[in-house]
Parts: sequence; structure tokens; C-alpha cells
Amino acid sequence: MTSAGVVAEIPIVTDSDVVRVRQSVRSLAQQIKLSLVDQTKLVTATSELARNTLVYGRGGLARIEVVGDGRRSGVKAVFHDDGPGIPDTDLALADGWSSGKGLGLGLSGARRLVDEFTLDTVVGRGTEVTVVKWSR
Amino acid sequence: MERIPILKIGDILLVSIQIDLEDQSVLTLQEDLAEKISATGATGVIIDISAVEIVDSFIGRMFATIASLSRLFDADTVVVGMRPAVAITLVELGLTLGDVRTALNLDKGMEILRGLRAARR
Amino acid sequence: MTVGQGQLSDLLREHRDSLIERWAELAGAGLRGRMTTTELQRDLGELFTTLLPVADESAAGLDGDRHRELRAFLADLSRNRARQGFSPAETASSVFALKQAVFELTEGSEDPAVFRRLMAFSGLLDGLGLWTFETYAAAREEIIREQSEQLLELTTPVVKLWEGVLAVPLVGTLDSARTQVVMEKLLESLVETSSQHAIIDITGVLAVDTQVAQHLLKTVVAARLMGAECTISGIRPQIAQTIVALGIEFGDITTKATLSDALRHALRFEGVELVQGETRRP
Repeated sequence: MTSAGVVAEIPIVTDSDVVRVRQSVRSLAQQIKLSLVDQTKLVTATSELARNTLVYGRGGLARIEVVGDGRRSGVKAVFHDDGPGIPDTDLALADGWSSGKGLGLGLSGARRLVDEFTLDTVVGRGTEVTVVKWSR
Repeated sequence: MERIPILKIGDILLVSIQIDLEDQSVLTLQEDLAEKISATGATGVIIDISAVEIVDSFIGRMFATIASLSRLFDADTVVVGMRPAVAITLVELGLTLGDVRTALNLDKGMEILRGLRAARR
Repeated sequence: MTVGQGQLSDLLREHRDSLIERWAELAGAGLRGRMTTTELQRDLGELFTTLLPVADESAAGLDGDRHRELRAFLADLSRNRARQGFSPAETASSVFALKQAVFELTEGSEDPAVFRRLMAFSGLLDGLGLWTFETYAAAREEIIREQSEQLLELTTPVVKLWEGVLAVPLVGTLDSARTQVVMEKLLESLVETSSQHAIIDITGVLAVDTQVAQHLLKTVVAARLMGAECTISGIRPQIAQTIVALGIEFGDITTKATLSDALRHALRFEGVELVQGETRRP
């Protein structure tokens, strides 16, 4: 895929930054004319991921941009932190997470809301989650 | 950070969420509500989310928390006005609101509260 | 003409004008006069320029960043040609025609290195020609999808059966995309009409598998989250057997055999009582 423009870099340090991420993602999603439901799914997923970065990653950075693959446009968001990393990714990605219980990372839920999802994590060094949602 | 206003209509408290909720606003709302329910002796709480575009896990848990808080003061809670896109996303996310009651709009929400109140007598 | 130690791109650059002219000639032959030579030369000239920087590379790198401009140009070319009425094969052939022009240029050379370069170049052009095909196909698919979505909107009416009771008859095959459209439409109607009941009738659904059941389930859960209830009606005996055999659990979702059963159920919920009075004569 290729980038089609400016990358919005949003430091995630306080919880108002989570809102900032939502707004930035929403704005790009509207730009590429994602359907309302797809917009909602994407913004919700990135809200979850931004919060993870803040709470579990102890702060980090979000990089949001419009991408293209020659046929359609999409929004790509990368969440990076230098936090503790996730020791058991299988567990973190497993279903069975519900309100208030489980690891609360919401990764499995967020994954269902987007089209592409990659998780890179090293215990003791940090985590990077990348998601992409394409327009139909 | 904006404080979300809580309106008193008879013995029901109405919270209408109009803004993009920051995590801190959520926590403050929970505190404010607990105080106001206790202070007014309200028997019902309606949370109107018809203007809310995004409900993620944190906000979802807020509803459950508020319902639990209200119950401690013997008040019922109803969440009204959830948008279809939000409902669809919550289902995909796998988030349930537990036993938090919901209604399509304010009117229906009030009806439910009245019904619950009547059933108690 | 010989291609010594130099790259193929050097040769192409050197003979740019004559190559483009010959290319346009060869491509034009297949287009049967539907395009003027000037237009062709202009188009192909632009393609030539875009192609030059990557002419020495293989088709394997076609997805890369460096080929972005080339892919974009070909996508445009493919779309424009399609709009002008050319078939995708014709557009691809135009691209392939460059091969012949280059072969002619290096004719008579006995150098095996030349042959290898030509083979690689040929492979690259093959990839490019196929890309124009892909773009064409993708564009067509897009149109078909849009049309079928529109058709779906038209053929999935949400009907108001009673105050507070909506019904949506599902017909035919239910794939992911269709079901989503129907789901959204139903949920929106619930809000618009302030209806607390929806009856999803599946009499017309050809087959119910776990996927379809999942979609139905999601719709019901979403409606409940919003404060409305759904009943599924139209469970035919064969469908019932399939559902049980597949182990699909509808949990606490009410399912009924007929739409009228479902309506009666919904009305009871709304506190509506139907009383049989005297039949009126017209």
C-alpha cells in the first residue's frame, strides 16, 4: 500500500489525547468517504488502541494516515509505545474478553472492527499495533 | 475538561451526553451522579446517548458502573437513544452492557422507569 | 543494433522517438482506427516516459513503491480506454505491442545477454499488461457491487405492520454484505419509527447456515442494545432441521413458524388485544 498524504502524529500522554486520536481518525475516515458504520467501527477500534497505549503502554505515539492500494483508499493507524510489552499475545488476542473482565486489552474486539491488524510486541521493550480499514 | 450537566425532572435524573467523552469526564460524571442521586433521592436515571457517535469499552463500562451505583441508592437506570452504528459496533466488539436497560428514546425510557417504579409498590 | 554492457533502458532512451512511433503503429493496428495516431503516440509516449526509470527491473517488483506512478498511470489508461469502449484485451495488447518494437530494434544481435535482457523486459511488459486487466476488472466489480447494493435497498422493504411493530422479509441468499445493509436499514427504521419490535421473516431465505444464523443473531443483539426486540419468523420445517443439525442456538430469541404467529406475539407484548367481533358486510 502507499501513503497518500500527510501523516498525523499524535503523542498519547493524557486521556484527552485519546479523544484527539478519535477526532483525527474520524476526520480521515470521512475524507475517504467510509460508510457511517465503518467509520464508527474504525474510530472505536482506534479509541481502544489509543487507550491501551496510554494505560498499558504508559504513553506512546499514534501515526494516522490515508493509504491506497491502487484501487481503493483506506485509513491506517499505528500505535506505538515503549512500555512493558505483552507477554502472552495468544491470550491477549483471544476472545472471551467482556466488559470489565479479562485482560481488558480489547485487542480481539478491535481486531474484528478493522480489515488489517498486526501486533508487534517485545516484553520489556514495547508494543506496536497497526490497523487498516479500507473503503469498500 | 467539560463537566456533563445532570438535569432533575421530577424524581428522575437526566444526563444528556453531547460531547466526545474523555476518560476523566466519565469518572467525574460517575462521581457527580452518585452525589446527586444521594442528595435528591432520585428513583431513576436516564442516560441519553442519542448524540454519541462512539461507545468504546471504557464508555460501555461506564453505563454498567452507573447502573450499579444507582442500584445502591435504589434507583433504576436506563440508557436511551443508542445509534444503530454504535449498536452494530458494540456487537462486533463483543461488548455487552450486562443487565443495563436500554430504550429507543427518552419517552420510552421514562415509560420503563415508571413501570419499574409501579412494580415495586 | 547491439546492447553491450549497458542496460536496456539506455537503449530505449536512445531510440525513444522511433520506438514510440513504431509502438503506436503496432498498437494502432489492433485498434482498427478507433484512435488517431497522434492520440496513441501521446498516450504511449507518456507511458514510455513513466516506464523508463524501471525498465531494467523485473515484474516481481510491480507492487513496490517505485512503481507507484507507473501503476497509477496504467490504471488511468485502463479506465479511460474502457470508457472509450475498448475491451481490456485491446488495452493490454497496446502495452504488449512495445515488445515487438523493441525486438525489432535488437534483431540480428547474437549476444545472449541481449536475449536475457529482452526476456526480462518482456516479463515486465506482461506484468504491466495484466495490471491493466486487473484495473478494468476491479472497476467493473465496483459498478456491479454498487448496483447490487442499490438493488438490495429497493428489494428489502421494511414494513410497518402495526404501531411499534416492523417487519423485514429477507429473500434469497444472504451474504455478508447484503445482511449488513439489511441490518443497518432495519435498525435505522426502528429508531425512525420508534418501534420496539421487529420481525425478521426468513420464509424466502434459501439456505440457513451458521454464517446466516450469526448475522441474524448479531442483528437481534444490536436491536436489543438499542432497546428493541426481534422475533424471527418463517422457520420452515426443512430449515428447522438444518438449524438443529448444525447445532445453531438461537438462545432466548423467539422464533416462530409464520409471520402471523410472530405478529400475534409482538402485539401481545405491546399489550394489544385482538377481539373477534362480528364480520362486517361491505
